[in-house]
Amino acid sequence: MRGRKLGLLEALLLGVLILNALGVMGPLFLMLISAFKPTPEIFASPFAWPKTWEIENFAKVWQSGRFDLYFRNSILITLGSELLILGFSAMAGYALGRYRFRLNDTLYLVFLAGLMFPAKLALVPLFVQLKQMGLLNSHLGLILVYAAGGIPAAVFILTGFFRALPSDLDNAARIDGASEFGVFWRVMLPLVRPQLAIVAIYTAIPIWNDFLLPLAFLQSPELKTVPQGLAVFFGEYATDYGPLFAGLTLAALPLIVLYLLLSEQFIKGLTAGATKG
Amino acid sequence: MRLERTLWLVIFLTPALGLMVVFTVLPAVTALGYSLYSWTSFNREAFVGLENFRKLFSFPFQSDFLRALGHNLLAFVGLMVVQNGVGLLLAYALWRQPPFFKFFRATVFLPVILSLVVVGFLWLLFLDPLIGPLTKAANALGIASFAPLGDPRYALLTLMLVNAWRWVGFPALVFLAGMNNISEEYFEAARLDGATEGQVFRRIMLPLLAPAFTIIVLLTFIGAMEWFELPYVMAGVSGNPDKATDTLGLMFYRMAFGAASEATSNVGVAAAISVILFVIVGVGSALGSRVLRSREVEL
Repeated sequence: MRGRKLGLLEALLLGVLILNALGVMGPLFLMLISAFKPTPEIFASPFAWPKTWEIENFAKVWQSGRFDLYFRNSILITLGSELLILGFSAMAGYALGRYRFRLNDTLYLVFLAGLMFPAKLALVPLFVQLKQMGLLNSHLGLILVYAAGGIPAAVFILTGFFRALPSDLDNAARIDGASEFGVFWRVMLPLVRPQLAIVAIYTAIPIWNDFLLPLAFLQSPELKTVPQGLAVFFGEYATDYGPLFAGLTLAALPLIVLYLLLSEQFIKGLTAGATKG
Repeated sequence: MRLERTLWLVIFLTPALGLMVVFTVLPAVTALGYSLYSWTSFNREAFVGLENFRKLFSFPFQSDFLRALGHNLLAFVGLMVVQNGVGLLLAYALWRQPPFFKFFRATVFLPVILSLVVVGFLWLLFLDPLIGPLTKAANALGIASFAPLGDPRYALLTLMLVNAWRWVGFPALVFLAGMNNISEEYFEAARLDGATEGQVFRRIMLPLLAPAFTIIVLLTFIGAMEWFELPYVMAGVSGNPDKATDTLGLMFYRMAFGAASEATSNVGVAAAISVILFVIVGVGSALGSRVLRSREVEL
C-alpha cells in the first residue's frame, strides 16, 4: 500500500518536471522555427513546421541589424571585464587568504561591504563621474564599472578558497627560493583554477546579459552590445516578425549552446553566491 | 624582508580595492549628496537640503512614486508565491532523483542564463495581439480579445509570470542544494516512526531548508525592489498601459535619463528615489535577514 502511494507521488512529480521541460523548451523551440519562416507564414500558421527553411531572416538581421558589430562589442566588454575581475580578485583574494597582517579583517569587510552597492542605484553619479573622466560612451568606462561590480563577490569567493589550501604549500615554495609573486603565480594560482572558472561564470553571465548600463552609458550605435542592439532592432523592425524571431534566436543561441556543453559548470557557477555553507 | 612583504601586499590589494572604491563605493556615497542639490540636466546647481525629497512626496510625483512602490511590493509578493513556490516544487521533484535527472535539472535552469531582454522580447512576440502564438491559442479557446499586456488589470501579473518563467530555475537549484545538504538520516528516522512523505516534507525538510529560504527571500526582495529591465522591455519606459506596470526603477530612469520634458525629468528627484531605494533595500534586507536567521535551526 505504502509502496503504491509513493509510486503515485513519484509519478506526479515526474509529471511536474515533464510539464516544466515542455514549458521551457516549447517557447524556445517555437522561437527557433519561427526564425526560419517568412512573416506571412508566422501569421498564418504560428505552430506549424516551416514549409521551407529560409535563412533570409538571418541574412537580414546579420546585415542591417549589425549583429556582427554587437557581438564583437559584447565579447570585448565581457572579456575585458573578466580579465580585470579574475586578475585583480585572485591577487586580492590571495593576499587576504594567505597573509596575516593587521588590516586583513578590515579589508575583508570592506570588500564584503562592496557587495551592497549595486551600480543600478548609483547610476546618476556614475554617469557624471564617467563623463568627467572622459569614459562616457566608451567600452573602457563600461569595463571598469563592470569589473568594480564583480570584484567584491569574486574576492569573497576566492579568499575562501585560498584560505582552504594547505598552509605548507607556499612555505615550501618560499624555502625553495621562489619570489612572493612566483609563489602566487606558479604555486597557488594553478590550484584554484576550477574556482576561477566558477567565479568567471558567476560574474560574466550578468555582464554579457546586462542592459541597463549600456543603455545609460553608451550612445554611439557602433558601440552597442547584443541586448542593446536587440532593443534597437526591435524598434526598427516593429512588425516584420520573421527577422525579429531570427534576431532573438541569434542573440540567445551562443549562450544556450555554451550552456548545453557546460551546464554543470553554469549551475555551479551561477548559484555560487547563494549555496555556500 | 618585512618591507618587501608589505610591498607585495600593497601590490596585490591595491588594484581590486582601488577599482571597487572608485567605481562602486564612491558613486554610491555621492548619490546621497546628489539628492541634496538642485540640477539642470546633469549640471549641479544650488544646495537645497531635503527639497528633492519634499518634491518627490508632493504633486505631481507623489502619486507616481506610491503607485510604483506598490507595484514593486506586489511584484515581491507575487514572485515569492509563483517563482519561489514553483521553484520549491521543482526542487523537491529533482531531489526525489527522477529518471533523466540531469536532463530535467538542465532544463529547469536553462532560462536563467538568458538575458532579460531576450526573454522579454520573446514573450512580447508570443503575446502580440496580431501574430502572437499565445493570442492565437487563446482565440482558438474562445477568448476573443486576448491582450493581457494591454489590460491594466493583467499587465503587471503577466510581467511577473514572464519573470518567473525566466528565473524559477534559480530558487529551484538553490533549494535543491539546500535539500541535498540535509542528512538522509533525519528522513529515515521520521519514516521509521511512521511519518508520511507529506509530514517528512513539512516537519523535517522545510524547517531545515530555512538557510536557503533566507537567501532566496532576500534575493527576491532585492530583485523586486530594483525591478527594471523586464518592465522596460515589455511595457516601455513609462510602464504601459496607463502606468499599470510602473516600478521605482522605471520612474528613476525616466527622471534621470528620460528627459521627455523638463517638467518630468529631474536628476535631483531621481537621486532622491535611488537613495530611498537604497534605504529600503538595505533596511529591508537587514531586518529580513535577522528575522529569517532567527528561525534557522542549528544542527
